[in-house]
Amino acid sequence: MKVAYWPGCVSRGFTPELHGSMAKVAPLLDLELVALDRASCCGAGVIAEHNPELADTLNARTFALAQQAEGTALMMNICSTCQGAQSECQERLDASAEYRAQINTTLAAEGLSYEKGLTNKNFLWLLVEEIGLEDLRARVVRPLTDLRVGPFYGCYIVRPVDRLGIDDTHPRESYLGQVIEALGGTVTDYAGSHKCCGFPIITMNKQASLKQAGRHLGDASDAGADCLVTPCPLCHLNLDLQQPLAEKVVGRDLGMPVLHLPQLVGLALGLKPNELGLQRHVVKPTSVIDWSTSVVGQVGDGAAAGG
Amino acid sequence: MAEYTLRLRRYDPESGEAAYWEEHTVELEPHRSVLEGILQAKNRHDGSIGIRCSCRAAICGSCGVRINGQPDLACHTHLGRAQKHSKDGVIEVEPMGNMPVIKDLIVDMEAVHWKKIRRVTPWLIPKQPVPEREYIVPRENMVDVTQSMACIQCGACVSDCLSMEVDPEFIGPAALAKAYRFVGDPRDDQHRERLEDLAEDPHGIYDCTHCFACIDACPKGVAPMSQIMRLRRLAGNDFEIEDRNNGERHEASFVSLVKQYGLLNEAELLPRSYGGDSPLAKFKPSAAAELASSLPVIAKALLRGKVTAAAVFKPHKLAPSDRKAVKRIYDEVEGREERLEFNIYISGRDEDLT
Repeated sequence: MKVAYWPGCVSRGFTPELHGSMAKVAPLLDLELVALDRASCCGAGVIAEHNPELADTLNARTFALAQQAEGTALMMNICSTCQGAQSECQERLDASAEYRAQINTTLAAEGLSYEKGLTNKNFLWLLVEEIGLEDLRARVVRPLTDLRVGPFYGCYIVRPVDRLGIDDTHPRESYLGQVIEALGGTVTDYAGSHKCCGFPIITMNKQASLKQAGRHLGDASDAGADCLVTPCPLCHLNLDLQQPLAEKVVGRDLGMPVLHLPQLVGLALGLKPNELGLQRHVVKPTSVIDWSTSVVGQVGDGAAAGG
Repeated sequence: MAEYTLRLRRYDPESGEAAYWEEHTVELEPHRSVLEGILQAKNRHDGSIGIRCSCRAAICGSCGVRINGQPDLACHTHLGRAQKHSKDGVIEVEPMGNMPVIKDLIVDMEAVHWKKIRRVTPWLIPKQPVPEREYIVPRENMVDVTQSMACIQCGACVSDCLSMEVDPEFIGPAALAKAYRFVGDPRDDQHRERLEDLAEDPHGIYDCTHCFACIDACPKGVAPMSQIMRLRRLAGNDFEIEDRNNGERHEASFVSLVKQYGLLNEAELLPRSYGGDSPLAKFKPSAAAELASSLPVIAKALLRGKVTAAAVFKPHKLAPSDRKAVKRIYDEVEGREERLEFNIYISGRDEDLT
């Protein structure tokens, strides 16, 4: 399957291991990524907060570039926040031909135009809806046996449900659990799986922000999770990069590794932890790689070498 | 007639007992409401069940509860639908969150919701002199505030606000949506004062974590979070209020960094959010103090190779031709005399018109 691929900014900036692991995992899923390297930042809701038309125009430009990418079935992103911010703009663009025409007038200077009805799916949705769990299961060479994984979705990919096309036929709010099981792992349910990591207010109310991260990490730990997995690099920043500070705010040790979705998939598809950038995390994923009774334990050597 | 089992959260603080679940089976048509189910259980099985209700037609806002974990009006949810979305065929009803429980399904709206509503001065402060006859308000202005006026004060958004969950002092979605109702009203005389108050309050507009929970919670389509974003837009852009919470600086820096690079430069965003939208921001005391406090985290990230020196000093950016295209879009859209805000709540969708 060939897709127009939007990696986003953070996956190439502060969480380079996300973009890197996606590139490693794609061929193992027969995914051909046509990178949208001309597209701009989605605005993460902040540009829309500043000026909605500006965010709509920048994303319409990205959508138009995706529609031009030859032979691609759809557009794929690897960031919950990109998914949510882009879905919000697309909802407005698709709602009104008049509004769309106005935005396209701005794009015309570049010879670009967005046509209603682009399909833009996060890697998570693509895994379940396009590749399929049966197909994914068949590709697993290193089942995540006995690994207890807590899902962490990120707000932008689960709310609002109508805008994100979440309904009885597309229960996208449960896909992470389905993928974890397909990879041979065990899903750990805990209170915070669909809540906010706190990242959007890290510069405005650091205490409240880190309290959110710390509380969810603690809940997952109490529920017995070995690690979390998230499709959102911004959540990853608050849950992994800021975890030492979150520990101080909630007054407890957490030590909870947080994996990007392509990393978890990559482990099950047989890639080495270092190839997936697991050595780059602030919280060392020792509970993932030292899992003594499961085949995942075999990857311990690679991780030790990396750091 | 169909049978439905309700699992109700019971709690009586005066009893000294802990809260517990209790199941009752009721007989009603699938299109009857969860509220009718609760009232039948109360009439037939246990008169002590506590539930607050009045209009039974989704307009008075009295019967807000959580049904299968989601906030809604009990009178606004069909039994058949609620059963379909239950985890085990039993419809679970519990009191709303973020507010203390008075009894069973009744929460103390006064202690949280109404207190916060009063916090935003929820009445019009008219311009002087007051005209002899009625104020004439342009239609567009009133249409603009209709979305926030649709609020029925049920508290569903307050129940599930994820910021309030960690910061109970957060003014919250219902009260801030109410604040926009007056900030957007041309008859009000205190737009700047209201915005300054809400921007400077550490628990005001910049304490919203943008989680969309209130949008999904609201049974009336108010989208409180969208109203909070409009308050920020007015405060930061139009009234140029440079708040002490870094709200305006964060937004301005984000927007200008994307204009410059086409992509987000995270390494610059942090210092600028504290020190202001300038490459020299990192040398300002406010930013330097923040960076110093984050030093252990930054050092660890650099050590692990998570954040590379290249990402900090040589940020990713688009090719020159694409940066130029992005800049041109910025100039054209930001150069408009009036900001264009397309709101589906007001304009509707093309499909709705056919």
